[in-house]
Amino acid sequence: MSDIDIRKVVQEELNNIAPEVDMASVDPAADLREALDIDSMDFLNFVTAIHHRLSIDIPEIDYPKLITLDGAVAYITAHLGSSKS
Amino acid sequence: MVDFRMPSLGADMEAGTLVEWLVKPGDWVKRGDIVAVVETQKGAIEIETFQPGQIEKILVDLNSKVPVGTPLARIRTELEGTPGAVAAAPPPPAVPAAPPAAPAVVPAAPPVAPAAAALPAAPAVERPPITPPPPLAPAAAARARVSPAARRLAEERGIDLSTVTGSGPAGAITYADVERRLGEAIAPPEKKRVPGLDLDAMRTAIAAAMARSKREIPHYYLEHQVDVTPCEHWLAQKNAALPPDNRLLIGALTIKAVGLAARRFPAFNGFYRNDKFEPAAAVHVGVAIAIRGGGLAAPALHDADQLSLDELMSRMRDLVQRTRAGRIRSSEISDSTITISSLGERGVEALYGIIYPPQVAIIGIGKTVTRPWVVDGAIGPRSVITITLSADHRVSDGHAGALFLAEIGKLLQEPDKL
Repeated sequence: MSDIDIRKVVQEELNNIAPEVDMASVDPAADLREALDIDSMDFLNFVTAIHHRLSIDIPEIDYPKLITLDGAVAYITAHLGSSKS
Repeated sequence: MVDFRMPSLGADMEAGTLVEWLVKPGDWVKRGDIVAVVETQKGAIEIETFQPGQIEKILVDLNSKVPVGTPLARIRTELEGTPGAVAAAPPPPAVPAAPPAAPAVVPAAPPVAPAAAALPAAPAVERPPITPPPPLAPAAAARARVSPAARRLAEERGIDLSTVTGSGPAGAITYADVERRLGEAIAPPEKKRVPGLDLDAMRTAIAAAMARSKREIPHYYLEHQVDVTPCEHWLAQKNAALPPDNRLLIGALTIKAVGLAARRFPAFNGFYRNDKFEPAAAVHVGVAIAIRGGGLAAPALHDADQLSLDELMSRMRDLVQRTRAGRIRSSEISDSTITISSLGERGVEALYGIIYPPQVAIIGIGKTVTRPWVVDGAIGPRSVITITLSADHRVSDGHAGALFLAEIGKLLQEPDKL
């Protein structure tokens, strides 16, 4: 899966949570919680969706690494390559 | 024969629009089945029946707006004999074929609790104080459990339910599961407007309820700071071993603690009606849920004091998703006995809620902050939340309120016992 595909998946899942947001306009380095106005339940749903769709495990302790769009893409890319859990 | 009537879903509701029938004449329904969807100021509400029997006749056409109390359908009760005569009755002409409800399928979550008192159509039935989730109907065990909202979404969007993985209790397919499947099937996802949610109407309803509250209820306010470090440690340890579907949020712990405390302090759990307080037999915690784009609903988590944390969490996820998708059930919108409002992790340190009438108390949960705190005589950093209580002074006094808040704080010190 390419970086572009992963970014697309992340954007789609975030759009499922925040449908009215134009993901193309979101600063990839911005804190998603603020940029998308999502709460801890939304974030858990996002992690759950990524877990189901890409079969990667995202422990709670790693949540801060996924707090930006770029961060999430980088994290998923790294974990797709190494471990399939 | 019993009439199934337009229910009152709150003191401010005068009429509702019937937007969907989930049953047709001849269908059998049991208590708690969702039979219709009604659009109100609070959004689209799934209406349950509390009268088991067979649908004899549909009396109201789709998209008609009718006053509260109007008979919507006629139900032949089980005691009234064989359904032979009913089968012969011609179907009403104006009703298009609605997707039939699946009576054998128990709604995935939460199991529908009887809320007869809120619905004028039903005879008053005492809610048993301790209701274990109803056992699965035998037919349902063999069949994948699907929530009604999920089934409908799947039908609307042409998704084969056998291709959907359920994340609900016992593998039940929830609305979110179908949505997720939709996300996989369609790319890019289209912009969606939430059906059944009229935010302007919701604003009007909030305005009416809050104005009434401030006009009628003499609020008093208390606050209590609680060290939730034990909760955080316990959650981190528990969640580390769990897949995201089963992870808990601290919100589940606070709801459970409030539920347990409300059980011990009945003056904060119930309704003030006709100039007197009626304590409630069960604890149904209303959870204030913000709607994207503005708006707020506080549907009930039934029997929150009785549920395990895992069950509470999965119900809470289901409730939040259904509320934001505009799918709340009639029993959830009308029978909360106390409300919790939390403005989330990026919110403020304390909030003082306005009581939702006819309830008599609302708990506010602020965000978690790290503060210097004295533990065993030494200062250290601890995670602290401010819990507030707004309560009705006609029913309770500050002294009882203080004990109630202290009890919630105490319960949060031992999360493993919640």
